[in-house]
Amino acid sequence: MSKQQLMTGNEAIARGVFEAGVRFAAAYPGTPSTEILENISTYKEISAQWSPNEKVAFEAAYGASLGGARSFASMKHVGLNVAADPFFTVAYTGGNAGLVVVTADEPGQHSSQNEQDNRNYARHAKVPMFEPADSTECKNMTKFAFEMSEKYETPVLIRVTTRVCHSKSLVTLEDRVEKDIVPYVKNAAKYVCVPANARVRRVEVEKRLDALKEYSDNCEWNYIEDNGASVGVIASGMAINYAKEVFGKTVNYLNIGFSFPLPLGKIEQFCKGLTKVYIIEENDEYIEDAVKMAGFKHICYGKYQPNGERFLPAYGELTSDVIRKAAMGDSDNAVSYDRSKVVGRPPALCAGCPHRGFFYELGKRKNLVVSGDIGCYTLGFAAPYNAMDFNCCMGASVSGANGMQKVFNMVEGNNKRVVGVLGDSTFFHSGMTSLLDVVYNKGNCITVILDNRITGMTGHQQNPGTGFTAQGEPTEIVDIEGIVKALGIKHIRVIDPNNLKLVSDTLDWAIALDEPSVIITRYPCVLKKMSMADKNEWPNMYQSKCVVDSDKCIGCKLCLRSGCPAISFKDKKAVIDKTMCVGCTVCKQICPKGAIN
Amino acid sequence: MTKNILLVGVGGQGTILASKILTLGLQKANYDVKMSEIHGMSQRGGSVTSHIKYSEDQVYSPVIEQGQADIIVAFEKMEALRYLDYLKKDGKIFVNDYEIPSIPITSGQVEYPQGILEELKRVADTTVIDATKEAEKIGSSKVMNMILLGTIIGSMNLTHIDWDTILTENVKPQFIELNKAAIRQGIALAK
Repeated sequence: MSKQQLMTGNEAIARGVFEAGVRFAAAYPGTPSTEILENISTYKEISAQWSPNEKVAFEAAYGASLGGARSFASMKHVGLNVAADPFFTVAYTGGNAGLVVVTADEPGQHSSQNEQDNRNYARHAKVPMFEPADSTECKNMTKFAFEMSEKYETPVLIRVTTRVCHSKSLVTLEDRVEKDIVPYVKNAAKYVCVPANARVRRVEVEKRLDALKEYSDNCEWNYIEDNGASVGVIASGMAINYAKEVFGKTVNYLNIGFSFPLPLGKIEQFCKGLTKVYIIEENDEYIEDAVKMAGFKHICYGKYQPNGERFLPAYGELTSDVIRKAAMGDSDNAVSYDRSKVVGRPPALCAGCPHRGFFYELGKRKNLVVSGDIGCYTLGFAAPYNAMDFNCCMGASVSGANGMQKVFNMVEGNNKRVVGVLGDSTFFHSGMTSLLDVVYNKGNCITVILDNRITGMTGHQQNPGTGFTAQGEPTEIVDIEGIVKALGIKHIRVIDPNNLKLVSDTLDWAIALDEPSVIITRYPCVLKKMSMADKNEWPNMYQSKCVVDSDKCIGCKLCLRSGCPAISFKDKKAVIDKTMCVGCTVCKQICPKGAIN
Repeated sequence: MTKNILLVGVGGQGTILASKILTLGLQKANYDVKMSEIHGMSQRGGSVTSHIKYSEDQVYSPVIEQGQADIIVAFEKMEALRYLDYLKKDGKIFVNDYEIPSIPITSGQVEYPQGILEELKRVADTTVIDATKEAEKIGSSKVMNMILLGTIIGSMNLTHIDWDTILTENVKPQFIELNKAAIRQGIALAK
């Protein structure tokens, strides 16, 4: 079979995993990595799973590799923080069959809370790393990474970025090569990481690095394009394409596709004789530092120029415009026009979103501090709710709320209460251990689990609460209330978040308690494809729509405080967009004049 | 010579299907094609863009530079203006005469801006299309995206590509004829 297909980088990685004969893959969803496992799960030859978090996904892949199958895990950049613990130690042991991990970084932070450069993880953990620049390289490097993993007895990291993940280019498809399961042989000296064993492995890691350094200088992934110029460009990943768009054939190129260990010999060979070398890489000065250390600081133009002044921006994407501006100055290519006519279009909770009623009530409260988490519900921070004070990472809502409440309680006469808010999938990810901390250490913050029956923001991936696996098989529906009880919480209420009176009464109940409490708001995401279990639990969902009686509407705009995108104002009266409204009735409950039916 | 097409709109308007059909057609015509989408939070009513670049030679970057788009097709008026700095000075805009108010507008903080079409016409070669009305004429407002795709095909002289086969392979059987008709209508409007 030799067929060309337009593929995103994520589809191409999945294809590479398939063609490499992988039998086991695990991931936790996170933009821009999500579609990798979604695509892998369509191959019946591979056992693909959504794990509760990235650490679990990586550990499951590690175990599968020890079991003898080529195995794979993928995650977004911050996901590798979660999986860092096993990642650093598996770097000592390696697997049995090939083990490959993808980290999907986000220069420009299109959908992330930070912009960390995970190339640093490769160097930090001493794990070899590839940086594909397009979909063809995504597939080819993924396939080859399994060979490398087996030859050098190491996990291999593949670092991609948003534009690699979500851009399409042509890929030549090849057949899958079936790989037999490698028999497992017990080898405690290698795989049991007690200090005595790990010290021995530590030495092996250094030997491996020496071999990989030599490989890096000689491999096909790091190559020079000599255009006979006196100026050069060294670049990796998507930045190579941006650079070629700007400089064309007027410069020489050193393309770095295998970027840990860096090809120091090739870098030196490339830079010798050049009058100027541009280092084009997104995020940190990873290659730039190496070029400077090799003695070429005087010709090096990367994030900094030889005189120490900034050259390229430290953050954001290094698209061709950005490079062009730094290297050639401003151009007047673009049309100039009146930008004042452009109004922002921030994301908003959907019409019918079950988080709406809850945040509407939460935002009305004084003396509450809201500790948020990662999900659609982070939008609760925005107007009109303004119902979130801080958030940082998955699961931190509850643990953060616990610490803050403890300090507030130290102040005499305190009546400030702290509410930790997180979703169902986030609770499974790492909220459970945070809640355990609240119970065990006698905290009394309030925890709200917004259970919308699906992993919402990343586009509806199954999770332990939904009743289905990544590959669509029915499975146990894990009971959130049961977990909360088992963790030791005595005060639990499960409520319908679209019932504002009930939400308000339940908040009153929780605030008045001296002990920790958990409120579970249970209602499916409005965009969810309902399962049979959902249909049985909510048989009357979305059967009517809300309509404004314009005779009764006094134009007070209170309904706009629901933040519903279906409501707008025309001729000083509220209007509800029929195509968007699903009849959640939150606006109807807010209207003081009974003008919404 | 690389050609650059920018599709802009709001999550849910069908820009992603339109750009998928377009790239498949360009691939079939043996162009090198690259496409990049930013749609991270588009389900929640955000702004959506698809960058499409094609050439008889190699295309490197999948992302269009500012001032380099040969054509911008805007599924929503305000989005045309938001991304206008991507247009070449002699580039063309096809804009759907359609408003989707964003949250600052529906929440009453600001009005939907007046005079967008006038501003577009003042600074660029602009064709205004009521794609929803044109789509309704054919039989369903849902093929609005294919009307706009048709304007790209017409404007960029891509009518020699076998779009009918591509639609047949990528659209549900009951909607194939409707989509074909919408593309034909779009091509006619671009003339």
